[in-house]
Amino acid sequence: MMDESRRGFVGKAFGAFAAVGGVASLIAMKKTWDPLPSVMSAGFTTVDVSALEANKLEIAVWRGKPIFILKYTEDMKPTDGRSVKVGDHYYSVMIGLCTHLGCIPAYRCDEKDFKCACHGGEFTLAGVQKFGPPPRPLDLPPFKIDGTTLVLGEEGPEYKAMMAKAGGA
Amino acid sequence: MAEFKQADSLYEWFDQRLGIDKFVKVMMTEYWIPKNINFLWAMGVLLTVMFTLLVVSGIFLLMYYKPDINMAFDSVNYTIMQEVGYGWLFRHIHAVGASVVFLVIYIHMFTGIYYGSYKKGREMIWISGMLLFVLFSAEGFSGYMLPWGQMSYWAAYVITEIFGGIPLIGGDLVVWIRGNFYVSDSTLTRFFMLHVLLVPLAIIGAIVLHFYALRFPHVNNEAGEFFDFDQEAEKYLAGDKKNSKVVPFWPVFLSKDFFVLGVFLVFFFYLVFFHYDFAMDPVNFDKADGLKTPAHIYPEWYFLWSYEVLRGFFFEIAGISGKSLGLIAFAVAQGVFFVLPWLDRSPMVKPANQRPYFKYWFWFLMVDLIVLTVYGKLPPTGANAWVGFASSMTFLMLFIALPFITRAEAKKVGGK
Repeated sequence: MMDESRRGFVGKAFGAFAAVGGVASLIAMKKTWDPLPSVMSAGFTTVDVSALEANKLEIAVWRGKPIFILKYTEDMKPTDGRSVKVGDHYYSVMIGLCTHLGCIPAYRCDEKDFKCACHGGEFTLAGVQKFGPPPRPLDLPPFKIDGTTLVLGEEGPEYKAMMAKAGGA
Repeated sequence: MAEFKQADSLYEWFDQRLGIDKFVKVMMTEYWIPKNINFLWAMGVLLTVMFTLLVVSGIFLLMYYKPDINMAFDSVNYTIMQEVGYGWLFRHIHAVGASVVFLVIYIHMFTGIYYGSYKKGREMIWISGMLLFVLFSAEGFSGYMLPWGQMSYWAAYVITEIFGGIPLIGGDLVVWIRGNFYVSDSTLTRFFMLHVLLVPLAIIGAIVLHFYALRFPHVNNEAGEFFDFDQEAEKYLAGDKKNSKVVPFWPVFLSKDFFVLGVFLVFFFYLVFFHYDFAMDPVNFDKADGLKTPAHIYPEWYFLWSYEVLRGFFFEIAGISGKSLGLIAFAVAQGVFFVLPWLDRSPMVKPANQRPYFKYWFWFLMVDLIVLTVYGKLPPTGANAWVGFASSMTFLMLFIALPFITRAEAKKVGGK
């Protein structure tokens, strides 16, 4: 009997030890699949917007997505909850993928709007849909304003205010 | 140590050490297959041959393929297709084979459903077979990414994006699967690993399980008849081959199988040499570009039905978004075939045409799957979206209704 319980104990101890090792190796395997540190640090894109030309679309790339940055001229009206003020100028900052099926709309500087060639969707200069199949305005990337620099990938107070507005509407 | 006699021949020498005689009996000459079967019972061997063809052609492609986003596209479309001697042949065998293997899998699967070969002791054959279907799907999906064309890229993008719909962890899970915030080099290399090593290993394991699962309940027959295999085997071995209900796997069953295989391979190589284009989407001959979405994204034909179930729910119902509903329906569609042996409440093992209610269910399912497949390829706009919704709903309803239909059937036939 004594012998039986000893064997049982050794068996359980062996099993428990192996289980700990198994779990530890699972953690290592999970971490191997994680995005690399270089990928994580490349998850932020900074753009100095002060030097941009008004009424000319700038396309930055953030996490593989095109980001539209459009500086307004004096006569381009800002849209509440969509336009961002950096320094003395207003800007549109949005993800340049049509909310219908993900094509990249083109900016028409004469009409001052965006037109998607795939299915004819149109957006205002602030990215609000005005014609065609797009179901919602262009999405906003998380951003933070740091002087005249835009940091894409970080959530600043302006971004949070805009998201709160979009959520409430 | 066991005692060994001096061997009289090379065969005996090996037999003493490896038990060849016994092995051949167990695996081939005394492995019993029912006599009352038709050409649909040849699909298992066809699939084994197709898998072998895919492995062999894959080995040759692996010699020149480069899993790197800057080199992958050219290594396939330039090096393998234009420089490597007969590289085009191995690529076309691999691409056409991947498509045709699903055709045979579907025939194999629906033969099983039609003849009730998933019931009464055959549940593990069915489950291991469905496991193989899922593994082959993973293999097909991961392999489609490798040429790094536009369709490769965007199929990978859309399918990995699906996991984003899982509550709470979805967003992080997508980044984890891709190894980046978007489909990128890390995504390509890990799916390359899955395609050439991990998934094929799992497939080989599942094939062994699938074959092993056949050993005890044995292969079903055209009439769904149950009989004593040992007794019938004895009859056969005693020389009464005419009255025995079984034949040995080798040489009797396989000789007929090889005929079906011969016909099939003529068809297969006809496709490889003259019609390979159906497995080569023209969109995929543009190099992957993460900043340019193709106007219309669709999967290969064999995934269309489940893709349509995913897209079918395009509006909100009871406060749940269309995207979530589609995701739930898609998850159900992937899993529901696994539990078929328990959804079918009728004990009857007969071909569907002899089952009073099940036959309607079976053919209804076939029609619905064809409708889903056809509409899965069309753009989801206007009336198409509604056909997609109706056929997706029908698919789910069919499986909800199955226990009731089969229970009513069991009552009608008096539990036979």
